[in-house]
This record gives sequence, structure tokens and C-alpha cells, in this order.
Amino acid sequence: MDLSVVILVEMLYAVASLVLISSGLAVVFGMMKVINLAHGEFMMMGGYVTITAVGLGVNIFVAMLIIAPLVVGLIGLVVERLVIRHLYGRLVDTMLATWGLSLLFIGLATMIFGNTTTGISTPIPGFTVGNYQINGYNFFIIVVAVVLVIAMLVVLKSTRLGLIARGTMQRPDMAAALGYSPDRIYMATFFCGSALSGLAGAVLAPLVGLVPTSGGAYIAKAFITVIAGGPSLVAGLISSASLFGVVNQVFTFAISPVFGEVALLVSAVILLRLLPQGVTAKFFKGKM
Amino acid sequence: MQGPWAKEGAVTLAVAVVLIWLAPLMISTYTLTILIIYGMLGFSLGLIWGFGGILCFGQAAFFGLGAYVYAIAAINFGESTWPMILAVLVPAGFALLLGAMMFYGRLGDVYLGVITLVVTLILFKFINSTAGPQYVIGKARLGGFNGIPGFQTLNVPGNPEAYIWGDAYYYVCAALLVIVYLLVTALLRSSFGRIALGIRENEVRMSLMGYDIAARKTVLFAIGAAIAGLAGALFANWGEIVTPGLFSLGQSAEIIIWCIVGGLGTRVGPILGAAGLAYLKFMLGQQSLIDNTLIMGLILVLFVLFLPKGVVPAVASLWKTSFGRRPFSRVHQARRMRNRGRGNG
Amino acid sequence: MTVNRRAFLGTTAALTGAAMLPGFALAGETIKLGSVLDTSGIFDAYGKPMDMAMRLAVSQINAAGGLLGKQVEVIAYDTQSDMALYSQYAQQLTRQDKVDVVQGGILSASREAIRQTMRKTKTLYFYNVLYEGGVCDRNIFINGVTPAQQVAALVPYAMGKSGKKVYILAADYNYGQITARWIQKFVTDNGGETVGVDFFPLDVSDFGSTIAKIQTAGTDLVIAPLVGGAHLSFFRQWAAAGMKDRIPLASTTLGVGNEHKVLTAAEGNGIMVAYNYSQELDTPANAAFKAAWAAAYGDSKAIHELAVSNYQGVMTWAKAVAQAGSLDREAIITALESGLSIDGPAGKVTVDPKTHHAVLDVHLMEFENQGMKVIETLPQRQPIDTQSVCDLAANPGDNTQYEIDI
Repeated sequence: MDLSVVILVEMLYAVASLVLISSGLAVVFGMMKVINLAHGEFMMMGGYVTITAVGLGVNIFVAMLIIAPLVVGLIGLVVERLVIRHLYGRLVDTMLATWGLSLLFIGLATMIFGNTTTGISTPIPGFTVGNYQINGYNFFIIVVAVVLVIAMLVVLKSTRLGLIARGTMQRPDMAAALGYSPDRIYMATFFCGSALSGLAGAVLAPLVGLVPTSGGAYIAKAFITVIAGGPSLVAGLISSASLFGVVNQVFTFAISPVFGEVALLVSAVILLRLLPQGVTAKFFKGKM
Repeated sequence: MQGPWAKEGAVTLAVAVVLIWLAPLMISTYTLTILIIYGMLGFSLGLIWGFGGILCFGQAAFFGLGAYVYAIAAINFGESTWPMILAVLVPAGFALLLGAMMFYGRLGDVYLGVITLVVTLILFKFINSTAGPQYVIGKARLGGFNGIPGFQTLNVPGNPEAYIWGDAYYYVCAALLVIVYLLVTALLRSSFGRIALGIRENEVRMSLMGYDIAARKTVLFAIGAAIAGLAGALFANWGEIVTPGLFSLGQSAEIIIWCIVGGLGTRVGPILGAAGLAYLKFMLGQQSLIDNTLIMGLILVLFVLFLPKGVVPAVASLWKTSFGRRPFSRVHQARRMRNRGRGNG
Repeated sequence: MTVNRRAFLGTTAALTGAAMLPGFALAGETIKLGSVLDTSGIFDAYGKPMDMAMRLAVSQINAAGGLLGKQVEVIAYDTQSDMALYSQYAQQLTRQDKVDVVQGGILSASREAIRQTMRKTKTLYFYNVLYEGGVCDRNIFINGVTPAQQVAALVPYAMGKSGKKVYILAADYNYGQITARWIQKFVTDNGGETVGVDFFPLDVSDFGSTIAKIQTAGTDLVIAPLVGGAHLSFFRQWAAAGMKDRIPLASTTLGVGNEHKVLTAAEGNGIMVAYNYSQELDTPANAAFKAAWAAAYGDSKAIHELAVSNYQGVMTWAKAVAQAGSLDREAIITALESGLSIDGPAGKVTVDPKTHHAVLDVHLMEFENQGMKVIETLPQRQPIDTQSVCDLAANPGDNTQYEIDI
């Protein structure tokens, strides 16, 4: 009984962390059809911002939830202005340019922070379930992911801003005719996407040792989750994250962490072969 | 048809011989060998991407597979001829299966990218976790993270004691690259090659004309994989060790950068891009002022923004404007092909 | 015309190329010490201090007049934590730079990547890192502690402080695999039971499910030969789950890269280890070494087990060269096999002629406030694991890494 609670928590945590690491990429891809391969490095920078801020004496939650997203969002803004905006509509070129950016950021981080593993301790104590101890921080990650998903739904569905954003993504010419500058909206969207990546990186930082190349561990998973999710932003994210998270944890518990990872990847290949447009192209058509 | 092909072949051969003869005067043959191997690897992606429109994010998978197949087979056979042949055939066979799965499934550009990337990751994760004694193929331990060191390196066929290494190995690699280059040139001149170009330009049109798109793409994909596998086997011989790092995403990324910088839709572009950038990386590796990765990243970004066609086409068109002679004719198509992703996100 | 232009280009480029080559005509009369270490990448926490230690040793040798009347020149390459670069730089050191000795290699994977190249090219090789034992090769000298020296002492001590059920978490490559089997052997020898063994590739950093599994198995003690930056997360997550006070931890690797200074005191306190060196060793040799290090690099915080091993390796080689009176490989090997010993910062280190391993002191220690407190010192332990399988005096042509069967 206790064990099943532990496994359930680990599964929820796996799903939540997939949602977190994919959300930034999902926003940018879902809204702008830009695949940001520097997404992992945005997360890495979120982690470094958090560690630096905590080192300067800032409260860890302020650093994770406010400073890191803001700083990384601003970096994203600069990137959008300098590089991405010249490449809208050229999917493959943006992938290549952002891949270049990712290498660039890895190099920069190596020069600034060195290649040594750094990290901070988790701010939340352990948790007891019957005879078992669980990492209390898992619950924090789950809560952040849930809040994030709800916030995304609310912003996109019920606010004027979300309406304008969605409209621009579908028909930029009409939005422009109605007086909304698509250029501005793309910029704002990229800012939000980068901030989400920064947030994810910051929130996950206490769990893992951070090195400049940490981003690489996330990008493939995030990429797979977003693509497998398909055209609908939030529903796609949740459905594919749940599927992969559960598959991963089942095999991790049954065999080993490596098999968990491999099972996740294999299920992605099978899924894409069966549903080449992603999960939501078939099941949640037209939903957000 | 026969005329220009023979003439081009002869010119290629002459230029290649001069280059192969001159290059060791400038750079040590040990370094040159790896530049040639990378050139061949770049060429393999340049073929399927530049002439077939297949953007493969996992070319490193075939490279690594070739290297591992060679190492495993060399340990088991104790000589190098069959391992070299297997190192070409196994990646090609693997690519046939993978390609058939993808192309008959009518996957779009991005999805193709994801699948090839995921397959590379799976291979990496698998090979990386085979350190235990239970992972054995014949006499060869897979070794996991350690990789496989100490296998039989290239020998004169039929005589396992006569190793080919050093300068001789450089000439072998260079000759193989020239042979592969000429074979691919012949392939592109054949009807298969021209239909492949047609598919790259407009898939729907070609399928309405009655061509089996999926089959042709699959075969082209497998040919690219065979070349990458050969490069992998040569790499294994050069480094005398194979490690899971061969399958890494970083390796795949580099291959793509070589093609972009060199110039897609040309044959020499990816080769020169690979050799040039690998040499640049080698030179940069000897200084510690600026991080290597940073420079590679910067190069890629700048090229995508300012010179998306790559160096070779740019130089060719410069040549055209300054000398008025007819340059390589297909270069301008590279840009068009790469932007096919526009419609289907 | 074309030919002329090409020839001209060729010559120019050749000249430029030659001008860019580092001046190896200038090298002249020095003794060349080659070094390959990961001074960047995920293993740089190990490699950087090792590199500093090697340079400190060489500068001390040179300050004392060099060897055989010549100065020692360092030719060092950064392998960037990439195993493929090891074989590449090993080729470069032996075939192009033609060094007199190679010191280096950190992970067992890196040692195995270059060992055969060293053997083929007859270049004397020193591997100065604690490892899984069993390498039997006349061309290599190893001064790191092996399982019989370390694990055999650590396991009974740790089991005595906890209980009989042991769970092993090991890094998934040759070091972890072989060490895990040694640990199982010593656990059984001490009347215990291994309730689980898990291997982790070096890039795994999420240990949540593993922590749950350890609890399911009813574990009394966790022994963790984990390696590298990503694996450090295990100790963080272990503490974060509140497991620290419930199940004791021991490790055969934690601390050799000064990890106890990266972990907070709360995360590290009480973890049991056994090594050849600790900064807290209270001996005159250690005090002098720390002072020399501080004089060279500002402070002595970076010193760790592997750095000291590397320092001792260079010093052992230097003493052997002086004793042999020549740079001839055979003469140096003979000198080393004469039972040569040096007094390093970690105490006396003697070359074992039979195995080319080292006889040295091992200290049982516990982490305490980001330091390693010495609990007990076991003087001059023999590498009996390797001695039981390897005899280079009887079998000089041996070239195997023996593994333990259980």
C-alpha cells in the first residue's frame, strides 16, 4: 500500500516534470511554429540564474519563481530580436539557428561559470508515507506544473490577450488589419516561452547537478513530448507528458532507470508512426 | 551523357590526386586522415539532405553503428576485410528498415527529424549501458561507457599481420573518399538521381507521375547510411577505440553544421565544410581563450542568418559574376529545398 | 597558369602551416613528460587539481636541478572528459611528441583507451588514480588504492555501524561494475547480504525511484561507487528525502574529487569512506605539501585524493629516473621494481614489483563539516587483490585486466 503511494507520487512527479520541461517549447512551437532547440540551454540558464541569485542571498523561492523566469525571458527577447524574427516561416532554418544558439550558450556558460558541477540543496524537507520517505520537493514540482497548466488555459481561453495571441497565430494578416502588430505579439510570445523555460530550469535545479551542458538532457525529451502532443497546445502537452511519464516510471520501477528512458523513446517512435500528426490531431481536434 | 561524365570524372580525379599529394605538405597525415573521414561523413548527409531533401538528425547513428560493427566484427574475425564490408552493410540494412518505417508512414519533415533523433538517442542510451559482462557479441565485450578498445585495425586483405597505418592509411582513406565521390556522382547522373531531385523539388508531382516515392527515398537513405557506416569504420581504425560518444547528439549536430556551412545541394560543399570546420576545431582546441563550442555555435547562427546557402555555392556564384563562366548549376536550389518546411508545421 | 597558381598556393600554405606549428625544433635537451587529463568537461573536478599537482611536482623537480641534469618539460593535453580524445592525444604524445613518460588518465575507461597505445609504442605509463584493480601489464605503474586496500577495510567498518543488508549503487562502466562485484564479495565475506545492485550511466541525475526501491528492500546500508557530477545529485536527493538519518551511506569514490566540499555539511555528515589521503591528515609531510601548494596556487583548498596520487606518481617516476641514471625504459622499470619507495603527502608509497601497484596507507574516514575526519589508519596495505592474479616477475608478457568472478 505504502509502496503504491510512493510509485504514484513518482509517476505524478515524472509527468509533472515532463510538463514543466516541455511547456516553454510547447508555447513557442504551438503558437509560432518555431522549434527552439536552444530550449534546453534556456533551462540551463534558469538554473544558473537561480544558483547565482541564491548565492547573492536572495530567497530561493523568489529566485526560482520570479528572478529566473524574468532574466531568461529577457535573454529570449534579445534572441528573438536578433535572430528568430528574421527566420519566421522558415522552420528548418530556425531549428538550425537555435541549435547554433544552444552551442553558443553552452560555450558562454562554460566561460562564465566553468565546467564544474554546481547545485543547491532542496528547500523542502523529506516526507513520510507509512514506512517510506519521499523527496518533499516532488510535491512542489507537481504543484508548480498544475498551476502552470491552469494558468496557460486561463490566459489562452479567457483573457483578451490570449484571444489576440491565438488570432495572430492563425491569421497574422487579419490581426494586423485589426490593429495588432504581429511582430509585437510574436515577440511577447517568445518572451513568455523563454520565461517558462527559465522557470522550469530554475525549479528543477535543486534536484540535479548543473553543468553548462545540462540542457542537452532536456531538449530531446521536451522536443519529443511537444511533437507527440500535436497541434493542440495544452491538451497535447498533458496527454503526451502523461503517456511518456507513466511509461518511463513503469519501466524504471520494473527494470532500471535506463530502461525507463529507452522505453520512453521507443514509445515515442511507435506513437509517431501510428499518429504522425501527434496525439491531439486525432483525439482532441480543435481544442486548446 | 557519356562525354561530360567522363570529362568530369577525369577532372575530379586529377584535382583529387593533386590535393591528396599536396595536403601532407601542410598538415600531418594523422590529422588529415580524420579530416577526410569527417569529409566522408559530411558527404553522406549532404547526399540525402541536399539531393534527397531528407533532413536526418541522426546521421551519427549510422556513423556510430559502422564503427561499432567494425570493432565487434574485427575482434571476432581477427582480420579487417569482412568487418569493413559489414560496417557498410549493417548501417545500410538498418537504414532500409528505419527508412521504410518512416517513408511508408508518410511522416513530415519535423517528424522525420524527431524519429531520427530519437533513434540516435536510443542507440546511445543502449550502448552506454552495456558495461556489464553479460553484454557480449562473440568475443567482443560491448563495454558501455568505456567503448571498445584494442581491436584489429585495418590490414592488407588476406594478411592480418600487415597493418595499414600512418601515411598508408591516409592514402587508403583518401582513395576511398574519391571512389565514393565518383560513385555518388554517377548515381546522381543516373535516372535514379534525377528522380530523387524531382522528389526533393515536388513530391506530389513525382508521385502523380507514377514514381514510388517511399521506395526511392528509402533507398537513398540507405545509401547515405552506407557511406556514413564506411566513415565510421574508418574512424574506428583511426582512433583505435569506439565509444558511445559516436552516437551523441553533438556529433549529429556537427554533421548538420558541416553541410550548412559547406553548402547544401553541392557535392564538394559538405566535404569541404566538414574538413574545414574539423580543422578549425582542431586549431581552436589548442587555445583556451575562447570556448570551442561558442565559436561553432556562432558560426552556425551567422551562416543561417547571412549565408544560408553555404560557402561553396556562394563562392561559385561569386566566380560566376566575376568570370562569367557557368558554375555548378544546382546550387541555388539548396535554399528552396530547405524552406520546404514552411507550409506544414 | 593553373599549375603555377596551384603550386604557388601550395608552397605559401605549406610555409604558413610550418610557421604555425609549435616550435618543436626548439625543444632541445629536455625530458618530456606527457600528461592527459580531463581539465574540462564533467570530470574536471577530478582533473583540474590533478593537473595542478602534476605541474607542482614538475616545478619542484626542476627547482631542485631537474633530472639527469636536464629540465623536465610538460606536454599536457586536455581530453575534455571525452574518451575518444584520450586515444587521439595518446597517439599524439607517443608518435609526434615522442615523450619520455605519460602520466594521466582518470576514469578506468580512459586508462583502457590509452594503455595499449602506450604498450605498443613502449612509452612508460603511470596511472595515478584509485581504481577497480586487476590490471597486469609491465609497462604501467599504478599507485591508486584498489578494492582489497579500500573496500576490504570500508565494508566491515560500515557494516559494523549499520547492519547486514547492503544495497549497492554503482556507476555503469568498468570501474563501477568491477567494484560492485568486489563489494558483494566483501559483504558476503563479512556475513552480510547484498539486497540490490543498480548501475547508473554517468549522465543519470534522477534517483527518485531508486530511493524508493532502496527502502522497499529493507536496506541497512547503502554503498555507492558513483562517479561524476550528475551522480552527485544522488547524495542531494537522498538528503532531501530525509533518508540520511535512516540508512547510513558509504562510498568508494565520494570525496576523491572534493565532493564533500560541494555538498553541504547537512548533506554530507556521516558518510563513510576510505582513502589514501585526506586534507585533515596531521603529518609534517602533508603540512609541507599544503604549504607548497598554497604558495603555488594561492590556497590549498583544491587538493584531493587524486591530486595527491598524481603528485606521488610523478615523484615516483622522478626518483626512479634518478636511480636508473638514464631515460631508458628498461632501466627505469628495473629501478621501479627494486622496491623503490617515496614519502609523499599521504605517507610512504612503495612500488610492488610483482604487480606494479603500490603499497600504501589507507585511512577510514567520515565526512564531518565538509572535511574528512580520520577514524582509523591502516598502515602499508598490500594490493592483495591484484597480487593474487598477477605476477609480472614470473609473467612479464602479461597484458590483461583480471576481473573478479563471484
